[in-house]
Amino acid sequence: MTTYAQPLVTDDHRSSVPGGADRWKLGAGPTLLPHRQLDRSGAPKVSLEEISLSYKTSSGERLLALDQIDLKVSPGEFLCIVGPSGCGKSTLLHLIAGLHHPTSGKVLVDDKVVDSPGTDRILIFQELGLFPWLKVGENVEFGMKMKGLSRAERREKTEYYLRLVHLSQFKGSYTHQLSGGMRQRVALARALATEPDVLLMDEPFAALDAQTRDLLHDELERIWAETGRTIIFVTHNVREAVRLGDRVVLLTFRPGRVKREFQIELPRPRHLEDVTVAQTAGEILGELREEINRSLEVEYHDGVKPHVVPGVEA
Amino acid sequence: MKRTARFVIFYAALFGLWTLLAELKIWPPYLFPTPWGVGQSLYAGFEDHSFWIAIAVSMRRVLIGYGISVILGMILGLGVASNKFLEQTMGGLLVSLQSLPSICWWPLALLWFGLSQNAILFVVIMGSLLSVTIAMEDGRKQMPKIYGMAGRNLGARGFPLFWYVLLPASLPYIVSGLKQGWAFAWRSLITAEMLYMSLGLGQVLMMGRDLNDMDAVIAVMLLIIAIGYIVDGLVFKGIERRLQHKWGLVPST
Repeated sequence: MTTYAQPLVTDDHRSSVPGGADRWKLGAGPTLLPHRQLDRSGAPKVSLEEISLSYKTSSGERLLALDQIDLKVSPGEFLCIVGPSGCGKSTLLHLIAGLHHPTSGKVLVDDKVVDSPGTDRILIFQELGLFPWLKVGENVEFGMKMKGLSRAERREKTEYYLRLVHLSQFKGSYTHQLSGGMRQRVALARALATEPDVLLMDEPFAALDAQTRDLLHDELERIWAETGRTIIFVTHNVREAVRLGDRVVLLTFRPGRVKREFQIELPRPRHLEDVTVAQTAGEILGELREEINRSLEVEYHDGVKPHVVPGVEA
Repeated sequence: MKRTARFVIFYAALFGLWTLLAELKIWPPYLFPTPWGVGQSLYAGFEDHSFWIAIAVSMRRVLIGYGISVILGMILGLGVASNKFLEQTMGGLLVSLQSLPSICWWPLALLWFGLSQNAILFVVIMGSLLSVTIAMEDGRKQMPKIYGMAGRNLGARGFPLFWYVLLPASLPYIVSGLKQGWAFAWRSLITAEMLYMSLGLGQVLMMGRDLNDMDAVIAVMLLIIAIGYIVDGLVFKGIERRLQHKWGLVPST
């Protein structure tokens, strides 16, 4: 494990906020987000134990998508997973979300085995999966409705989370009337509104323009600091991973294995164009490039079809 | 404006041709009814309430029959779409059964339910059930998988997953099938009513035949067309337009 040491700001504003309902309230969050020291000594929030996943391709052969992945994520950690396309990083999120089952190994959340979807872990899909037949507010309300919250409670929380992502005035709009960045924020609000401990994000900002993405990075970082969620964030963009993550995990190309972990201890808030971010990203990118080359070799020279995830649209 | 003009000109011409042919008296009026004869029949029918009663009885039957078809068809269609075994076995059977005119069930329906309203309902259901089932099956398959996953991810399962996610998500894909099912239900109903004396529009039409009153026959035919058009053109078009607006879809046809 490589550690990028930086001057630490030891004052941890979040450690002073105890767990429980208060965590979710918009506090007087500091304008400068201090670096927090994660408590890695306690029980991990999410732990993957020797996860392997293989599946049958259309031609009948078994393909190993994920190979013996071992990963522990501390409570409140912002973990980024990077890798070339086809390393199974999206699949990994689906496994944690409980939408698919690993061929072998276990996914544990709070030491309990995950075997089905649950509102303690909410996945934000790459395609978002917003419901076009519902208005923005109803989309945000959906998870709470499934949880059986009362109408009044739902309304109050919908207001709160829409305010959090700056979309209050679009409560009554349909999602197709919004821009890409706004839809992204609706998905974020919808996920946050079910108040999951773990937020799983699958390349959420990949399709956005640079300005919108920068804004959403700031917002996500702020929301993360204010709510104290554990976030597992998948991206193919190394700079984005360094910009956001406490730790960056690099996966190898097919089968996906943990190649290396990088501890990112740059002070927050960070920016994509920070020199330190660029430097760190450069080092990780060096390692990633090997994997990308391998993936290109397989995909272009061997004529192997692009990686297909079972039951997931590419 | 132009569309309205075309519409008016076309129907005026059609009506004019009919009047002209009737006026020429090539055929006797009991073979070729005149527009005013049909008009009188319509007036008389509504005046003595027999048409109102017939419409009420027929509408009630078709709504019950079609309603049962929609509920059964959705369950069947979902079952077939989500189960590989059912898809491979029932799927083909359903498609081949659809080539069978629903009135072929009439003899069996009579044996099973007797000469009763239930026999008519059975024929109506058999007429529209398959369309709805096949539409639901197709809709479920065409529907993007992401909605089901997103729903499960947000904690929906079982009936709420079906009711709040899968059903609304598949609506744009099944609405044309629902419309087709309605058309089949309506036709099956009129056919069955013509075979069995029990009020209803089909029976009024047959009564016209028995009395050799072609004015009444044409009048009832116009009513059947009008009701079919109102439901199809207003109710289903309205639903389609609402869906397209909600989903932000461009009108497809």
